[in-house]
Amino acid sequence: MSNHGIELTINGRRFAGSVEARMSLSDFLRTEAGYTGVHVGCEHGVCGACTVIVDGKAVRSCLMLAVQANGAAVTTVEGLAAADGTLHPAQQAMRDEHGLQCGFCTPGVLMTMAAMTAGDTKPSEASLLAALSGHICRCTGYQGIRRAAQHLAGERA
Amino acid sequence: MKPAPFDYVAPASIEDACAHLAEAGGGATVLAGGQTLMPLLNLRMSQPFILVDINNIAALKGVSRAGGNTRIGPMTRQFEGLTSPVLAAHLPVLVQALRHVGHYQTRNRGTIGGSIALGEPAAEMPATAVALGASIEIRSSRGTRRVPAAEFYLGPYMTVLEPDELVTAIEFPDWPLGHITLFREVAQRPGDFALVGLVGALVVDAGKITRAGLAWFGMGPTPVKARQAEAALLGQTPDALDVEAIAALAVADTAPFDDHHASAEYRRTVGRRIFSRSLREALGRKEAA
Repeated sequence: MSNHGIELTINGRRFAGSVEARMSLSDFLRTEAGYTGVHVGCEHGVCGACTVIVDGKAVRSCLMLAVQANGAAVTTVEGLAAADGTLHPAQQAMRDEHGLQCGFCTPGVLMTMAAMTAGDTKPSEASLLAALSGHICRCTGYQGIRRAAQHLAGERA
Repeated sequence: MKPAPFDYVAPASIEDACAHLAEAGGGATVLAGGQTLMPLLNLRMSQPFILVDINNIAALKGVSRAGGNTRIGPMTRQFEGLTSPVLAAHLPVLVQALRHVGHYQTRNRGTIGGSIALGEPAAEMPATAVALGASIEIRSSRGTRRVPAAEFYLGPYMTVLEPDELVTAIEFPDWPLGHITLFREVAQRPGDFALVGLVGALVVDAGKITRAGLAWFGMGPTPVKARQAEAALLGQTPDALDVEAIAALAVADTAPFDDHHASAEYRRTVGRRIFSRSLREALGRKEAA
């Protein structure tokens, strides 16, 4: 049962800590770093709620060990909005289109949307919807999320 | 839903990784992309004493061409495979298959070698390796060996890999540029494991089929090479061959299970259907009435 020192950037801030080898990145972000916007649903990679961005890529934080994030730049849902509170375009689209009800799956959905639209990339609606198939939402029936995706794809005014 | 405690090492070289595996005497598990291993750890279905993380080994990453083969480093991530110009040119059906592996988010971390080494019988990558005649390069502190993909799989999640061995490359023989590809799978939802899937390649030269590589996934305890169908296709004229008869031969090589998703009989019926449809499509023939 080894312990490991890690140092990483979370939402632009340096964070150092010591973790047990078996600690998942999702648990580390929530319990050690305090980013409880990372929602942990199934803990085996099926539901998508824990999705975060690691070095520019949307990944399941329950399927990665915290020790593996040593040296990485991690973005959680807390890092999406601007410092003045201006919502990220994905957040604004989800808000405008009522893409959430209970909100449990929302942080993961937003991180996938944010990763796919990073640097003003305009993904096709089809590729956004394919990527969003990696998220389970039990409230909305997906139609609001789908409309938000259409906004982000620039296929809906 | 938390893993049992384990030790963790992340060596930077293949030699060090093999030394760790040998030292652990069977108590170690290799961590590549982790997209299957992490759930098994979280569910405590897997409880290794030590994880040997191979993510820091540069020699295991990337796609290259060598001696008329395409060599895929096992740590090549699935998303990297999707955008590799080498794979697009030389192994287009592998790229087609990669689109069906897991989800966008798991492909960002999951690796081609991890999927190959794991041996999930319903997974796309092992069947693709079997269909195209790939060989698996395996290293340990005892030496290096190569095993044809068709002999690599022994059962569900069981391979010829010994506890001290590491997959260090997957080598695909060349198929001529512009060869014909077949890929089709039936799954309950996008990203789910296939109930039934078919992957393969054909070469038509001077009006005759001169080479055929076809394999099933989800149709038995391992990927299943459709040997009888491959043999029956050779020498045939694409416009004249009996598609239904060859589909029946292809299904005859399979050994599907009944499970809570589908019966074996259903899998055979769907298999026959997707085989004949894919073959017609690949050969540019019209759908049967």
